Amino acid sequence: MSVRTLAALLTRRTRQLPGRPAPGDLVADVRDVRVTLGGRRVLTDVCLEIRAGQVLALVGPNGAGKSTLLAALAADLPAESGTVRIDGRLAADWSPPELALRRAVLPQSAALSFPFTVEEVVRMGRAPWAGTRAEDEDDPAVASAMATTEVAEFAQRSFGALSGGERARVALARVLAQRAPLLLLDEPTAALDLRHQELVLRVCQERAAAGDAVVVVLHDLGLAAAYADHAAVLHEGSVAADGPPGEVFDAKLLSSVYRQPVEVLPHPRTGTPLVLPRRDVQRGEPRP
Amino acid sequence: MTVSAQPPHSPGQAADADTPSPADDANRPATREQRPKPAVPQAVADAALDVAPDKASQDAPGAAPARRRRGRAATLTLGLAVGLLTLSLISAGTGAYDIAVGDIVGSVQHRMGLGGSALDRVGESVLWNVRLPRVVLALLVGASLGCAGALMQGGFGNPLAEPGVIGISAGAAVGAVGSIAMELTFLGDWTVTACAFVSGLLTVLLVYVLARSDGRTEVVTLILTGIAVNAFAGALIGLSVFFADNAQLTQITFWQLGSLSQATWPKVLAVLPCAAVGLFLAPLFARKLDLLSLGERPARHLGVDVERLRLTVVVLVALLTAAAVAVAGIITFVGLLVPHLLRMAAGPGHRFLVPGSALGGAVVLVGADLAARTVANPAELPLGVLTALFGSPFFFWLLRRTRRRQGGWA
Repeated sequence: MSVRTLAALLTRRTRQLPGRPAPGDLVADVRDVRVTLGGRRVLTDVCLEIRAGQVLALVGPNGAGKSTLLAALAADLPAESGTVRIDGRLAADWSPPELALRRAVLPQSAALSFPFTVEEVVRMGRAPWAGTRAEDEDDPAVASAMATTEVAEFAQRSFGALSGGERARVALARVLAQRAPLLLLDEPTAALDLRHQELVLRVCQERAAAGDAVVVVLHDLGLAAAYADHAAVLHEGSVAADGPPGEVFDAKLLSSVYRQPVEVLPHPRTGTPLVLPRRDVQRGEPRP
Repeated sequence: MTVSAQPPHSPGQAADADTPSPADDANRPATREQRPKPAVPQAVADAALDVAPDKASQDAPGAAPARRRRGRAATLTLGLAVGLLTLSLISAGTGAYDIAVGDIVGSVQHRMGLGGSALDRVGESVLWNVRLPRVVLALLVGASLGCAGALMQGGFGNPLAEPGVIGISAGAAVGAVGSIAMELTFLGDWTVTACAFVSGLLTVLLVYVLARSDGRTEVVTLILTGIAVNAFAGALIGLSVFFADNAQLTQITFWQLGSLSQATWPKVLAVLPCAAVGLFLAPLFARKLDLLSLGERPARHLGVDVERLRLTVVVLVALLTAAAVAVAGIITFVGLLVPHLLRMAAGPGHRFLVPGSALGGAVVLVGADLAARTVANPAELPLGVLTALFGSPFFFWLLRRTRRRQGGWA
């Protein structure tokens, strides 16, 4: 008996496999969540619904609570009050292995203690499915995740030898390989060049079209407007606006939230909102 | 980073360790003179570790495809196993009374009822009462230390974690030494082992709590914690030394320097349960340790119950270290050196690294013990001193390399 079979025997417990959500189904639900970190109230009574088949962009200035909200959704942080439900059940009631089948998380920065190769790192994304029927999908899932994020060409290189942007894509590939119905991505485009920023958001859109729910923290409002079905603007720990980007991205709201005058124009060809800082007005004197 | 308190005198049993019984002494002088010089065993150990070239540093782009790594892991396993068998046979045959390798195999076959033939009376006695328990003990201790090192580095996500460096070995030795000094016998043969285990476990927990902040273990914090723990353990051992009588002193010194010279079958039996449990359970956590290298949160996102895993690893490390320390004293750097060499050769995957380090540790310690017995013949070098002599420079190099890669300690 191999070590792996033995390990599987010893660690096997009844795991409830997730069903495939239909488009529009409620995948995760945040109700009146309040989080305090280090004595500071970071989230105040936040409500958010995350539905299958949609890309939800979380935007807002630095320190608005985007990453904290994502961490609460990932069940990393306990909520002081309020509830986070994933797949219909309180996030805290799921065991870590069950949760790993239901949501995948891309952290803001990717680190690695030991020099694993890119392919080995991506394959780690398949760990939650070990011992289930979906284990057969391991190889195609890894291969397709690496192809999508364009990391296949350096699959055999050590993760530590990669550039920041390459690491970010490898981390994303690992998250995609996990094939969870809820994707939580914390600034996936931060370290990426123009081409790969577009690529990552196209991937988000494709995953949503395939029926997954995607929550993505973004700083580039133009990207959010172009790719998200839904946007939530966070401001000082609460949701200032929530809805389709065309409605939410209002010059007045964004100017006050970001404390920087902005203008929102429709793209001359596509009509997608473009959010641009206004450089012709003095800082601190926003004009409506 | 072994205990700093210097012993008043060295262990007295060193030179007569090979004496089976007074009756056999008549046969010894003649054989002692004719004994050929053995090959330097450390070189054999090194050769065994060199089966795969360790040039494949992790920074070489495209140099270590996963498949080649897997092939290399298989080659390494085979090489280490062959090396271990060879070294064990050489070690069992070498000493004041030389026994040919063929005769050893014959005698073992004979005892197992598979043909072969017994040696003469002296030979049988030397082989079965002196040499074999010692070789088996070296094997168990080495495997425990190597495996504990690999587990600890994986569990702490830090390549510098090692039971000896961060003070676990010294902590376990406090229990062992204390039980000797206080003449505790509540568990018979297992008393010292049990005390070593309990104090080892407490030390691991202490280091675990002290060295972590925000769910991470910084290198500096870990090493500094190690200094503090080693210093405190050294003081406690010093205190035991101060209150001990002469007979106890000899025993205590043995723990401080690390040695296998008092190997007997009961000792092997005393350490076997701890070592066996640790060695069999450790590989089960290999895959989770791989995931842990992504960091604590990402590991949890992939379904690992991180706190439970860390606690399990800590208990296993205490079990393995205590097993080793209880019979062999403080032997440092095996748990640091072996996993590192294997990681360079076959990649960081713990599915190979954890059992591989056990095998590698056994090879190194059987080799080192052979060296300790033979290089300064007829005197015997303390084993812990020997491993520290080779391990410390390696540790320097590792520190420098880690610092270079991190760009300072911050």
